[in-house]
Amino acid sequence: MPGGYAGKYLEVDLNREKIKDVTFSSEILEQYFGGRGLAAKILWDRIGEKWDKVDPLGPENIFLALTGPMTGIYPGGRICCSGKSPLSNGTVGSTASTEFAHELKTAGYDGVIVTGKANSPVYIMVTDASGEIRDANHLWGQMGEETIKVMNKEVREELAERKPDIGLWKEPGMIYIGPAGENLVRNAAVMTKLSHAAGYGGYGSVMGSKNLKAIVAKGRGPLPEVDAPEAVKALWRRAHRYLIRQDSFRRRGTGYGGWLFAATMSSEPVRNWQEEWHDERGFSGPMFETEFWVKKYWADFNCTMSCMKVSCIKSGRWKGDITDNPDYELQAYCGANLGIFDPADNIHLSALIDNLGHSGIGGANTMGFAAELYQRGILTEEDLGFKLEWGDAEAFDRLARLIASRQGIGDILAEGTYRAARKISELKGVDCLQYAVQVKGIEVGAHGTRSDDDFIAHDISYAVNVQGGDHTSTATDGYNELSGSVFSDSAVICNFCRTPQSLIFDFAKAITGFPITIERWRQLNGPRIVTLQRALLLLGGPDVTWTPVKDDENPPRFYKPLPTGPSKGKTTDHELVKRKRLAYFETLGWDEQGVPKIETLEKLDLKPLVPSMKRLRG
Amino acid sequence: MSSIWIVRDYEKCSGCRRCELACSIHHEGWMWPEASRVRVFMPFPGVEVPHLCAQCDDYPCVDSCPVNALSVDEKTTAVLVDGQKCTGCGACIKACPGAVPFIHPRDNKAIICDLCGGEPECVKVCHEAGYNALRLVKERMSENRKLFARNPVEVAKRLAVKMFGEKGEEVIL
Repeated sequence: MPGGYAGKYLEVDLNREKIKDVTFSSEILEQYFGGRGLAAKILWDRIGEKWDKVDPLGPENIFLALTGPMTGIYPGGRICCSGKSPLSNGTVGSTASTEFAHELKTAGYDGVIVTGKANSPVYIMVTDASGEIRDANHLWGQMGEETIKVMNKEVREELAERKPDIGLWKEPGMIYIGPAGENLVRNAAVMTKLSHAAGYGGYGSVMGSKNLKAIVAKGRGPLPEVDAPEAVKALWRRAHRYLIRQDSFRRRGTGYGGWLFAATMSSEPVRNWQEEWHDERGFSGPMFETEFWVKKYWADFNCTMSCMKVSCIKSGRWKGDITDNPDYELQAYCGANLGIFDPADNIHLSALIDNLGHSGIGGANTMGFAAELYQRGILTEEDLGFKLEWGDAEAFDRLARLIASRQGIGDILAEGTYRAARKISELKGVDCLQYAVQVKGIEVGAHGTRSDDDFIAHDISYAVNVQGGDHTSTATDGYNELSGSVFSDSAVICNFCRTPQSLIFDFAKAITGFPITIERWRQLNGPRIVTLQRALLLLGGPDVTWTPVKDDENPPRFYKPLPTGPSKGKTTDHELVKRKRLAYFETLGWDEQGVPKIETLEKLDLKPLVPSMKRLRG
Repeated sequence: MSSIWIVRDYEKCSGCRRCELACSIHHEGWMWPEASRVRVFMPFPGVEVPHLCAQCDDYPCVDSCPVNALSVDEKTTAVLVDGQKCTGCGACIKACPGAVPFIHPRDNKAIICDLCGGEPECVKVCHEAGYNALRLVKERMSENRKLFARNPVEVAKRLAVKMFGEKGEEVIL
């Protein structure tokens, strides 16, 4: 077994209530590493040729919660959730920071593979002994906060009862879903730690479709052995020393972004992206920090970046709401995007969406979309049951609950922005897709391309991204990002615990013993993973199949000139997008339609994909 | 009797658990959170409580040991566990007002913070990161130390109220 791996994966078949351990060869682990890469490999191997017929919300889909070989050892451990995405019909490696990851590894497991569907709500408990399926009827319907409260006590007491003489048991690590996931809201998130989410991909609804409320883990063993322990220990100290020097980011996280990104970069969603600039200083960082931050340095296991800050509203109409910062994404999406510039309202909606287990980006994108339709008179008070004005936090509170419970208009909006837009276009006879800010079914992160001043998003960032609108792993040139986010999502470490890439790769080599290099990841491992993801994305189905090139595009809104701010008049350069898209396809060895070429598939050991890619090419 | 002691300021704990990693690297040679002499409990997200020996002035754990496996380090006043003698019976856990000691997952012996002989690794990394949730002080023995030997869930319940106001009363069952 290569270093860094606990050595086995827990497979839980909910149809048969059967549990077993599975392993993968060193060769597969070296090629795909873990997390995002390994997830795509497992999904293709198991679903294969019938990909386009498998309903992501049906029992034949597979839910994956995977770590990588660096998880828990390199600073900032995360869990990577995956499966066939109910939004893109391809795959997304959707990660969240959580103690669940190292608890799983110290229990002896590198990941959990869940197949089938339980007859009634269950949760999976993983300990040193093994995994078990447990009743979750009492948790079904509960919000995130209640789920955490009950599970922490229940599992701690259960474990203490089994081994009463060893001292106090800590609470377990856990991932769970809220009502949104249970009710199959397509862009529901897999939640952890109240406000941390694996939000992209819609895997909360995949868990919901399996009647799986949560997976909890409590390990008592060491983190896995590594190839060169002394080197790893030295690198661990060096990496932390590097992170500890990042004063500004440690101090503010992204929690100062709500004003900053709009005012200085003109790349923040404002009123469903009708604008990307505002100068609402009442929405700036200090307004959050001084009044609401009750813990200014909050971190997850083995992280000294502490970019999270605990927020709490202690008085007023939203009294008792607890969330993290909110970070920039939720300041933008549950704030400016809804015309909300009041920190308390923003914290409330962020906390509510987290509690409902909806994605703070995806769900709030859909809410902004609905509000624009209301603004334009396409959706009316009659359709909604109430007025939906920009900035009205009470109205968005109502809407969020309707979506999470699929009631009234919420039933349509629960399909996610893309599918809701198609449905409402049909119902109203108006083209609503022009107001839908998503790429391949995945709502775009809070970074616009029009000003070209954003530090993440430009021209083809989303258009050719195999994970659609995912801002945590955008496309750049089919080369550089492969040793960046494609690597870190497969190693399953946090992108915010970023040290120099040479240090990260030295770390990876010392942990695994694989002959790993940056160049190799850019030319072989990375291309293999995104080519496989691209193939699965193009196979798509059953409800939606993407048309290459036509759908490798930005949302229509990203080609309208910015109406306000210092970047007024600027827009995304369509000619540039076309040129860079083609160059991107070429670099990765895909044809001009973005379909992986036969020789590319052969070079990357992806030969089993040849027949289906031939079919795609017609 | 003068001694060293680790002061803990729960509100400053970020929950990074690097203390657990530094402790286990020092004592076990590798990263092993559940074999760390300091363990950070998180009964509710954001409410983190580092749990470690408080060196009570009357050392109830030492008195409770039926095989005399526990002793007090004269230099540091830390409790030392004699692994040869310890049977892992758990008497020290029951005797401790904060249930701090626990049984090593592999060795089945009680483990208690030994202050790393005087230079605790947990304090070093916590200070390095600027959190200072754990700090080293030199002081006389004091009965006040026992106040810190408490069940971490009980500590967290009080801490939650401090952080979240009235809401804090209900977040930990």
